[in-house]
Amino acid sequence: MNSATVRNLLVRGMLAGLAAGVLALVVAYFLGEPYVDKAIGLEDAHSHGHSHGDSLEHDVEVVPRSLQSTAGLATGVLVHGVAFGGIAALAFCFALGRVGRFSPRATALLLSGCALLAVYVVPFLKYPANPPAVGEEDTIGRRTALYFLMVLLSVLLAVAATLLGRRLAPVLGTWYATVAAVAAFAVVIGPAYAFLPVVNEVPEGFPATLLWRFRLSALAIQITQWVGFGLLFGELAQRLLSPSPVTSPQGRAVSAAH
Amino acid sequence: MAQTVAQPTAATPAVPATLPLRAIAPWAVFFGVLMLVLLYFVGAEQGATSVFSGTVVHEWVHDARHLLGFPCH
Repeated sequence: MNSATVRNLLVRGMLAGLAAGVLALVVAYFLGEPYVDKAIGLEDAHSHGHSHGDSLEHDVEVVPRSLQSTAGLATGVLVHGVAFGGIAALAFCFALGRVGRFSPRATALLLSGCALLAVYVVPFLKYPANPPAVGEEDTIGRRTALYFLMVLLSVLLAVAATLLGRRLAPVLGTWYATVAAVAAFAVVIGPAYAFLPVVNEVPEGFPATLLWRFRLSALAIQITQWVGFGLLFGELAQRLLSPSPVTSPQGRAVSAAH
Repeated sequence: MAQTVAQPTAATPAVPATLPLRAIAPWAVFFGVLMLVLLYFVGAEQGATSVFSGTVVHEWVHDARHLLGFPCH
């Protein structure tokens, strides 16, 4: 019975992640793609001007731009949505009833908001998304390791802060326990920001507005993904776990009729 | 049936029953790993490290990698 509930939640999480991924894809295509194209234009102009041959992949064109910006983008964004939907649904199974007096719907949205911050925003503030032409090829290994390290650190700290908050709640009350947990998170993440190596590989003369708008669009994609997921999954989880919604007058009328 | 009418009071929403950890663990381990593998292929394959040789995977998800915030190249 309980194992079946976990399975049902997992399936719904992956579906909600896919649906939110479709919304994120719309944002990515219309908001983000124009900046990717502009950045590639600059990259090509730069590499041809200096004849470095840095951007080998763009000269050879293993996958043409027309596919990268459509089917390729869709593959990446949707798989990302399904994967995070599944992971978030499993986290929801742990969180449900353990983080406070929240309905399934509220738990789902709260979890999504925290996931947006822990998985994306906190690492993004240290190692933001970069358009093509920003970042040197030789340092990809180091940059990838640092980015995933930052994500891992942020997620583990968020989990630790949640457990700390739960521990403190009986002593301090819910409000101050939450404030203390968030403060503890900030106190540890601050030094991590300060001491982890800085990555700044923006080429000289790269337009600042293009970089800023690209990064804002990257943030918009994630906000769409996670808020969309939180609302959709919350709705599905609520219907699965509490079949008669509290606020539905229709449900009450049916119950009263019996 | 009278009880089902009395239960859903809007003022104090009941705390949802927790799912036992034993029921979650097998799903979390198996599907958690599976989801992370998916994320690896979207986020890092043929960039910093490669399971398959070549650049097709990297080039296919190139735009998504940039826009989703993963270091691409």
